[in-house]
Amino acid sequence: MSHTIDVAYVAELARLELTPEEKLTFQQQLETIVKYVEKIGELDVSGIEPTLHGQALANVFREDVVVPSLDREGFLANAPERNGFEFKLPKIVEDA
Amino acid sequence: MNMDVSTLTVCQAADGLRKRDFSSVELTRAVLAEIEKKDAGLNAYLSVDAEGALRQAAAADGARSEGRDGALLGVPVAVKDLINVEGQPCTCASKQLVGYVSPYDATVSARLRKEGAVFAGRTNMDEFAMGSSTEGSAFKVTRNPHDLTRVPGGSSGGSAAAVAGGEAVAALGTDTGGSIRQPASFCGCVGLKPSYGRVSRYGVTAYASSLDQVGPITKNVEDAAVLLQALAGCDPRDGTTLDVPVPDYRAALMGGLKGLRIGLPKEYYIDGADPEVTACVRRAVAGFAAAGAEIVEVSLPHTEYAIAVYYILATAEASANLARFDGVRYGHRTARPESVFDLYAKSRAEGLGTEVKRRIILGTYVLSSGYYDAYYGRAQKVRTLVRQDFVKAFGSCDVLLTPVAPTPAYRIGEACDDPLKMYLGDIFTVPANLAGLCGLSVPCGKTASGLPVGLQILGPPFGEGVILRAAYAYEQEVRS
Repeated sequence: MSHTIDVAYVAELARLELTPEEKLTFQQQLETIVKYVEKIGELDVSGIEPTLHGQALANVFREDVVVPSLDREGFLANAPERNGFEFKLPKIVEDA
Repeated sequence: MNMDVSTLTVCQAADGLRKRDFSSVELTRAVLAEIEKKDAGLNAYLSVDAEGALRQAAAADGARSEGRDGALLGVPVAVKDLINVEGQPCTCASKQLVGYVSPYDATVSARLRKEGAVFAGRTNMDEFAMGSSTEGSAFKVTRNPHDLTRVPGGSSGGSAAAVAGGEAVAALGTDTGGSIRQPASFCGCVGLKPSYGRVSRYGVTAYASSLDQVGPITKNVEDAAVLLQALAGCDPRDGTTLDVPVPDYRAALMGGLKGLRIGLPKEYYIDGADPEVTACVRRAVAGFAAAGAEIVEVSLPHTEYAIAVYYILATAEASANLARFDGVRYGHRTARPESVFDLYAKSRAEGLGTEVKRRIILGTYVLSSGYYDAYYGRAQKVRTLVRQDFVKAFGSCDVLLTPVAPTPAYRIGEACDDPLKMYLGDIFTVPANLAGLCGLSVPCGKTASGLPVGLQILGPPFGEGVILRAAYAYEQEVRS
């Protein structure tokens, strides 16, 4: 398996802007780490079910009844910018 | 106050409060004074809420005068800075969350609040719980109270240093790959990771949602039982908590060692660990045997794959969990974004630290198209194999005894340049998270230079009673 990670592409997926230095350092470090984690390729996992959860729980439901949630003010209190009960975001005019 | 608050346990505090030796206000003032005196040297705390704490303490004293009692009424508990406590900061030791004030209590905080505990301060940690030394904090480097040139461990290093350094009666930490047990080991205190699903994660900033658990870091085993009692239980707000009855953990302490079957997984006793660590652990094992426990050798053959599985699954989950830190609704927002993408990418670039970025990139990579099956999909299957190893082992023993870490606390700055080397230090702790087991670290000795060594006791899921029993018996009967 190729160990070359397209760090720039992955950073884009992660919505993370990296400096050129970070891209280079991460490239080297992550390829070392990926080479290490690839040891799981040694094992025969045919017929093994994946562990999807911490414990085997499924379909944990509650009654569909409205219960009090957090007060709206609480949700907005840490907003970088707000306009009444709205989160305010920069007006960004994108190229068509 | 006559009592030395730096060595005071939760049970001694409750006793002293009950006997009116001191009030909660006096106790809280004493803890705040210790923080004032010591924290410049230890850096265990990120913030202290003296006003809020004294108000809570006064309320606890008032409740007590009206006839109320409880194991935690009026007792200060330090909280790792990623567990939401209403009205207090919750920085996760990240620049991304400077100025964030929690608008709600995590369930664990609400439970402690209901018991009358006092929230005096918030402890330092590796940023977003990603790390094993607390050096990953964006704000300060916490020092090991036993040797100020060394790390306290991580990611709950602040909590462990505060307890070990006498700046807290007890503390909460979180454990995703060892982050309660390893700092407890490095700092010479007790740290317990409950089984997955035993304690609610609601209101606890998520690192890896299928691995995270909140647990106590304390001066002794009994205190860990007391705190666990308050924290444990099914929570309708956390669909991953199980509806399993909560036993009386303090009663469970008293079981003794006779007839206890102790498994030693041979893969945890290979060469490569620090010889002084090995000696301390082996001495502990011998002590258990001499006290009447039955020792059985077991095998966990997939141990060597656990780190690889962990760093694929945990980083993948982290990449999803940290996507919310985008500068939109809370946290740091970049000043002049030129596009929506910019808003996210620059806010995160400016707010998140290097280790966090590294893990997000790795996690995103293993989930990306073309790599998902080979890494994430396969790791989930190997996780099953790791889990099955433990199920089989617990067929022939009640608890497993192992070292917590291959080394004692290392020097600040020593591990920084080689992330993989740091990751490999988690070898003995991550399997318990992968398998959803409970586990604790109890001090079992010191190296010649005075560095603490912890003994790890692992139990099957919802086996907190038996690991507490083994740990208490060890602490009271075996350890000299």
